[in-house]
Amino acid sequence: MTASKAKIAIGGTVIALIVLAAIFAPLVAPHDPYQQQVILRLKPPVWMTGGTWRFPLGTDSYGRDVLSRLIFGSRLSILVGIASVVLSMLIGTTAGVLAGYVGGKTEEVIMRTVDAQTAFPDVLLAILFVAALGGSFLNLIVVLGISGWMVYARIMFGLTRSLRERPFVEAAVSFGGRSGYIMLRHILPQLVPVLTVVATLQVGQMILQETALSFLGLGVPPPAATWGNILAEGRDRLFLAPWIANSAGIAIVTLVLTVNILGNGLREWLDPKS
Amino acid sequence: MLGYLWRRLRYLPVSLLLVLFMTFSVLRLTGNPIDIYLDMNRTPEQVEALTQKLHLDRPLVVQFGIYLRDVVKGDFGESLQFGVPALEVVLDRLGNTLQLVGVALGLAVVLGIAGGAVAALRRDRLADVVISFLAVLGQSMPSFWLGILLIQFFALRLGWLPTSGQGGVAHIVLPALTLAAYLIPNFILITRTGVIETFNEQFVLTARAKGIPSVRVLLVHVLPNTLNPILSFLGLQLGKLIGGSIITESIFAWPGIGRLMVSSIFQRDIPVVIAAICIMCIAIVLANLLVDIALSMLDPRIREA
Repeated sequence: MTASKAKIAIGGTVIALIVLAAIFAPLVAPHDPYQQQVILRLKPPVWMTGGTWRFPLGTDSYGRDVLSRLIFGSRLSILVGIASVVLSMLIGTTAGVLAGYVGGKTEEVIMRTVDAQTAFPDVLLAILFVAALGGSFLNLIVVLGISGWMVYARIMFGLTRSLRERPFVEAAVSFGGRSGYIMLRHILPQLVPVLTVVATLQVGQMILQETALSFLGLGVPPPAATWGNILAEGRDRLFLAPWIANSAGIAIVTLVLTVNILGNGLREWLDPKS
Repeated sequence: MLGYLWRRLRYLPVSLLLVLFMTFSVLRLTGNPIDIYLDMNRTPEQVEALTQKLHLDRPLVVQFGIYLRDVVKGDFGESLQFGVPALEVVLDRLGNTLQLVGVALGLAVVLGIAGGAVAALRRDRLADVVISFLAVLGQSMPSFWLGILLIQFFALRLGWLPTSGQGGVAHIVLPALTLAAYLIPNFILITRTGVIETFNEQFVLTARAKGIPSVRVLLVHVLPNTLNPILSFLGLQLGKLIGGSIITESIFAWPGIGRLMVSSIFQRDIPVVIAAICIMCIAIVLANLLVDIALSMLDPRIREA
């Protein structure tokens, strides 16, 4: 087995497990993530003195089971990660292919917008949106989708411009194919492998962004169980209950790291040269 | 040099105009501005006053013109929490943020270049493996958790440094380290590659053949040649660095613009949020300009291009 296949296998398996746990959260989670039991508050995890298997990762300051909250929290992170990647991929690919194929003024406008927005930090854009519209599940997806499209635009622009010179595209043009048809049927299929790799790697970035915004209190508001919210709650209980913040941190790093491993594996597999 | 500067400066107003256009469109087009600026307990008089002040009864183009004029005059409106001009509130905190970013940048340059140089000189030995591994790990580490881990270890367990707030030198160590962690991994990897590549160049071989001590070869002949990619990378990452400062300030309760911005959202103090966003964008644009000037001073080839 080559290194790239090993990376795909490892990354894919871990991600599949996490996604399965997220889908079947009500079956997998040992407790209701929102059930508060004040008597059982701040119970340490099982490996510390005073911990029990009833709450493997301990409880938070309202007596909610941390493991169950993490499992339910993964749903939101994964959904936001995938949905925002789909949105930014749609915007970015459309813009990039148009700029690359049409060229001229269109290219100038699109690519200068890309430059301008790249200089504008994503967090500022998110803060602007949340300040105007408030934090919610849908707003998060829109904000992250809009803040991430430039990556696709840049890459697709470069690829499209080189594809335009290739004989099969020139042949299609000389046969009288209309621009829209050529972009959709001749250019786009060529972009799919690269798109898959970039999108996979971006899912990891988007999940990081989502947890960062939730951590700041700009994501889906509490008491919703999201990884960023759990981390933010844990930050205020660091002295008494460090396990709350740390288990959320480990969950985030695990998911992002495996998504990155899968993405890099896919890249090496699709493009053995790199 | 002057011609180059002029060519770069021409783009400055365009970038700023774009930022202002973005803030304006989000504020005025995504919903009712009255809902955005005023809370549920508003009185009809407040609504009327705001309509007058923002000229909401005029066409959007006129509104944008008035908005631009006010911003150029530095008038972002009055802060709802403090009752003084929003710009004043933001500029009050600017020093703290600059201090944090400055120290973080210094740390990142020193640690990143030193780490990268050591890794390159000890290539494929233990030091290189450890440093390169840490750099790759650092790339997938969310800084907000890194900050929390640093607090647990250095503040709570060892008790060496304070957990949060602002005070003496000790207070800035952990926040600056957390913010620097955005840059250090890449600084290390870029420096490592640069040093390894430069060491194969003819002029380095010449210098070593002349019997110049290795330390001098490294400092005078090799490292200056790796500064260019590091500076270019820094220019691309300035936005991330400013975004990171917002998160870092929130973790460590550092009284800078970022924390002010986040708390102002919860207070629905929109004028302060907008003023803060604009100041940060101006800072990014100016910093980018500085990076470009530094680049062109280091590398004459860029000036000619």
